Amino acid sequence: MNEGLLEFLKKEREQEWRVELRSGVKNKERTQLERIHMPEQAPDLRNKNFSEVNLGLSEEQAVLEATRCIDCPKPTCITGCPVGINIPKFIKKIESGQFLDAASVLKETNALPAVCGRVCPQEVQCEQVCFYAQKLDKPPVAIGNLERFAADYERNSGTISVPKIAGRNGIKVASIGSGPAGLAFAGDMAKMGYDVTVFEALHEIGGVLKYGIPEFRLPNQIVDVEIENLEKMGVKFVKNFIVGKTASIEDLQEEGFTAFLVGSGAGLPNFMHIPGENYIGIYSSNEYLTRINLMNAADPDFDTPVISGKSVAVIGGGNTAMDSVRTAKRLGAERAMIIYRRSIEEMPARIEEIKHAKEEGVEFLNLHNPVEYFADENGVVKSMRVQKMELGEPDASGRRRPVPIEGSEYLIEVDTVVVSVGVSPNPLIPQSMKDLDVSAWGTINVNKENMQTSIPHLFAGGDIVRGGATVILAMGDGRKAAAAMDRYIKGKVREILSLIKEFKTIGEILDFAR
Amino acid sequence: MNRVLEKEYFSDAVVKLVVEAPRIASSRQAGHFVIVRVGQKGERIPLTIAEADIEKGTITLIVQKVGVSSIKLCNLEEGDYITDVVGPLGKPTHIEKVGTVLACGGGVGVAPLLPIVEAFKKAGNKVITVLAARTKELIILEEQMRMHSDEVVIMTDDGSYGKKGLVTHGMEEVIKSEKIDLSVTVGPAIMMKYCTLLTRKYDIPTVASLNTLMVDGTGMCGACRVTVGGKTKFVCVDGPEFDAFEVDFDEMLLRLNSYKPSETEAYETFLKKYQKA
Repeated sequence: MNEGLLEFLKKEREQEWRVELRSGVKNKERTQLERIHMPEQAPDLRNKNFSEVNLGLSEEQAVLEATRCIDCPKPTCITGCPVGINIPKFIKKIESGQFLDAASVLKETNALPAVCGRVCPQEVQCEQVCFYAQKLDKPPVAIGNLERFAADYERNSGTISVPKIAGRNGIKVASIGSGPAGLAFAGDMAKMGYDVTVFEALHEIGGVLKYGIPEFRLPNQIVDVEIENLEKMGVKFVKNFIVGKTASIEDLQEEGFTAFLVGSGAGLPNFMHIPGENYIGIYSSNEYLTRINLMNAADPDFDTPVISGKSVAVIGGGNTAMDSVRTAKRLGAERAMIIYRRSIEEMPARIEEIKHAKEEGVEFLNLHNPVEYFADENGVVKSMRVQKMELGEPDASGRRRPVPIEGSEYLIEVDTVVVSVGVSPNPLIPQSMKDLDVSAWGTINVNKENMQTSIPHLFAGGDIVRGGATVILAMGDGRKAAAAMDRYIKGKVREILSLIKEFKTIGEILDFAR
Repeated sequence: MNRVLEKEYFSDAVVKLVVEAPRIASSRQAGHFVIVRVGQKGERIPLTIAEADIEKGTITLIVQKVGVSSIKLCNLEEGDYITDVVGPLGKPTHIEKVGTVLACGGGVGVAPLLPIVEAFKKAGNKVITVLAARTKELIILEEQMRMHSDEVVIMTDDGSYGKKGLVTHGMEEVIKSEKIDLSVTVGPAIMMKYCTLLTRKYDIPTVASLNTLMVDGTGMCGACRVTVGGKTKFVCVDGPEFDAFEVDFDEMLLRLNSYKPSETEAYETFLKKYQKA
């Protein structure tokens, strides 16, 4: 943590209300409290509906959990947050019962607290570096659950605060994509007084938050409330608009846009390129989830169809694989299987998601890899041949490399397969901009300090840069890009002003402006 | 929301819609398509842009009633709005001067073929166009095609108009009388498959514009995947046009029927509701 930030946090911590709160309960008593487990729907109930699994903390539970936080002088938790939330401050606001204030603190640095409280991997971020986990070897303060509590409390109170907006500066900037990177960027830019437009290719705003993450983990209505909030801050949203296709960046510059954030996401699903992968009933996780989440395919009132059968195999071990397999279970699969070539310890999915999936009756076929698919006479998948694997020497990622076991192959009957083995960057933006510096994998290369691309007025963040990461990292990128874009634009303005000073007559200025 | 400005029936089953979409009108090129959705519960379907008018800010779509979504679209009247229109999508047709181009369109595939014919003609090629349909009333855009082609051959299955026979019969006659440098085929997958078998026999380079199922149309979902040259390609971002000799049409035909059972059911339910109303 830098000196300036520490100094600021120290001052905040010395405010009267914080001091009083600390002295109210002894640290010893605080650390004796057990971490509160968030109530959730019973597994055999929730695997048949799409309502949220986690039910949220009650006010009493939230205050009690907040009391566990000892308000450390050096709050390491903040260093674990990609968007730098003032964690102790919002938690202490909860402890003191000022729930709406807690939500305001969150919104100082986080445009989407209700989303992050639900989908952030806190266990490897803020909570991992919490004093409890680091020094006491106890479960950390449930920062994520508390964030969710404060954001939900505010939403349900009907008095959602709109962050203070600096004087409008009339400078037009745009985000290409309305996913987490774009929304975080839009929030910060609007706060600084910019005229922000967010362009979205689909017919719904929210990107992966809408088409990717299922209702049972993140209800769309929650995303919509956060979007409405951005609208109240003056952010404009344009749907059905593909920058690079509907209009080029140059067109938009001519229309007055000064700078852009590319947050177009990792929109190209990977396949394994094994025989039979294009049979009917074999989907990418993107397609399977989009049909169900965005197009409501599981609801017979909607026109979009989906094939989701009785025996569903999901290939992969990430969060998207867990979302897919749990969705399949909810749509009536008798066998919903995860097929993953490494062991369960090596799965990239959040521990909570794996736990929830297991409780809901998902089968885990670890150290298994598909080799070939078979279909009936209509081309509909009916079975798959899998191979068992064992762990060998560690590979470049540091994880032990899965090695096929000779002669271990066998058939599994399936009627639906969801391939969830990662995504590649969406090619539309890179294709439409010749001068843009792009990596061999198709991700946009940026200066990691400020997210600026090889084209100065173009910044980029989220999966189009990272190639497949998390919502919160994308939001962190969006915020970083916003701060850098503000510096970039102000620098430009200073440059123009200093040039103008050189001129001797107004005529010269007019000439220059021409 | 995009307004329907004009509507014209080509036949009972084929409708022409002129739709307000100024941005798309000015940025589209031959080969591009759009994705449309009718109603909040509607499905996203791809449609190729047949014509565009930059001055008026309109695009022309030609739609055949084949299922629930296309009927909903065809039922829109002048002044109604299409809920969502996004585009232009896909890669534009690769246009160059090659010599003589044989353009073959079947059914409503003639609509996407029109801008391609127009562009090849503009690039200085001799263009011979074969239009095919089951019967006379399903032959569309003949007049426009004649404007941009050096020669137009009409084929109908029942002989009610032009010559009697399949599109391939018309093509073969042309091929025998003229040196063809490039063939372009747009229409039902089964037609494109047979057109390609024919041009392969005569070793004429052939381009096919594929009309697979799609959801987002921006490369995100992979519903449109086809095997081209042994590799999986996405029609929405890698296509829609491919070297026809490399396309696995049999796989494409199977995948086009992915939802046949549920589509038939949905269609029947829709018709019942529709007839009641």
